[in-house]
Amino acid sequence: MLRPLYPVRPGTRTVLGVAFFVLFVAFWAWITLGGHVNRIFLADPLSMLKDGWRLLVEDRFWLDILITIWRVFGGFMLASVVAVPIGIAMGAWKPVEAFLEPFVSFARYLPASAFIPLLILWAGIGELEKLLVIFVGSVFQIILIIAVKVGSTRRDLVEAAYTLGATDNGIVKRVIMPANAPEIAETLRLVLGWAWTYVIVAELIGSSSGIGYMIINSQSRLATGQIIFGIIVIGLIGLLSDFAFKALNRWLYPWSLA
Amino acid sequence: MSKLLIEGVSRTFAGVGGGQPVQALQPVDLAVAANDFITILGPSGCGKSTLLRIVAGLEAPSTGRVLLDGKAVARPGPDRGMVFQSYTLFPWLTVAQNIGFGLRERGMPERERSDIVASYVDLVGLNGFENHWPKQLSGGMQQRTAIARALANDPEILLLDEPFGALDNQTRGLMQELLLGIWERRKKTVLFVTHDIEEAIFMASRVIVMSARPGRIKSDVPVDLPHPRHYTLKTSPEFSTLKAQLTEDIRIEAMRTAQTQSA
Repeated sequence: MLRPLYPVRPGTRTVLGVAFFVLFVAFWAWITLGGHVNRIFLADPLSMLKDGWRLLVEDRFWLDILITIWRVFGGFMLASVVAVPIGIAMGAWKPVEAFLEPFVSFARYLPASAFIPLLILWAGIGELEKLLVIFVGSVFQIILIIAVKVGSTRRDLVEAAYTLGATDNGIVKRVIMPANAPEIAETLRLVLGWAWTYVIVAELIGSSSGIGYMIINSQSRLATGQIIFGIIVIGLIGLLSDFAFKALNRWLYPWSLA
Repeated sequence: MSKLLIEGVSRTFAGVGGGQPVQALQPVDLAVAANDFITILGPSGCGKSTLLRIVAGLEAPSTGRVLLDGKAVARPGPDRGMVFQSYTLFPWLTVAQNIGFGLRERGMPERERSDIVASYVDLVGLNGFENHWPKQLSGGMQQRTAIARALANDPEILLLDEPFGALDNQTRGLMQELLLGIWERRKKTVLFVTHDIEEAIFMASRVIVMSARPGRIKSDVPVDLPHPRHYTLKTSPEFSTLKAQLTEDIRIEAMRTAQTQSA
């Protein structure tokens, strides 16, 4: 019986989670190996693994992986360093919010991918352009989410701090910032996920290295096994960085879980 | 000279969406002597919390002024420690760090701080919990920490806004004894807001009864029960007489509140 909102046992949860992956791959194997779709359009799981192995061993694909990881983290760090202080300032000081919020809200909807042609004109097709695509895609999102979180800091904590003698400056540094630190870290984790999307788009256009480049290159040779392998690698790295980020947050902010 | 002087303090809130402005507090005058324990008793929505927040400097009065030691109150400050009804411990700080927050804001060095913090941990009986996060504490323990945090700053006056309102009855009784015990030993000027009649009498040397909204002071009842007080006092005839009198006072106001709300 499925009772609404009734928790599932941890063991069952793992089994169910793995089961879907198994079913998914089984279905994929069935339609490809069983000859239900044309090989040209979709490689089967086995040749995908074979293609992937060959990519890694012969084509030094791991270099592409490293360069993509560097681009994601580089662009993301750049965006964070700019966005976190601005977001906190907007959340904490209402005039700053009134000044920047309309523009940031507008800029948030500018698609990062549409900036690629411009960014290529400005920064060429080197690393800087890749970093800027990720920067443009992430920075406004981070600013806005953090501004909202900081703006909703518990008022009673702020009031308590004032009655304990905190100055306006002390409130920002020793109440607003620590109170929102876990939420800010959580926001960064979320946006890092989006950054992975932007990097691939950046690498599909005017690039000569990276996972995205490999994917677009494979398309012209109809190497669907390689494309799928590249996509899976992105998924795995995303998953790993997500786990690492979560573990870091748990370690940094034990008080928010306790 | 009075420790605290409230002179003609009133509060009117602007009308919502172009509506009529709402008067929460009629002009209130009150003089509080040093080391007095005053409870402000009133039905919910009578403006007693608003009055306390004005004394704290967290809200500005529409008219009148508040003087502490002859100086006008303009904004919140460490001379007026406050304990809130909601749990306001800083969740990212341990019990000890919470208690030391005000001292740290003052720039007191770590070593000096830790002695003071330890003495207040001891005062509220939280030994062994110094390094716990607030989330790991019961409601009663959190409020004990909040009291210690306010007292560690050595404020001129301690303001408490229904501090035990969210606690269960048994815990509340124990907390009343704890706070009263501290006051009996250390002497402090205290302003304590509550809607609990028994609590108001048990804690106070003077009960200020407030009327229904818009609030004003309806009566000012001295409580001449001897100290130190023990919980058995609550069943004594003198206590019952006071309780009967205040119950009658408050009941009328509560009914008035109920009528204005249904109208």
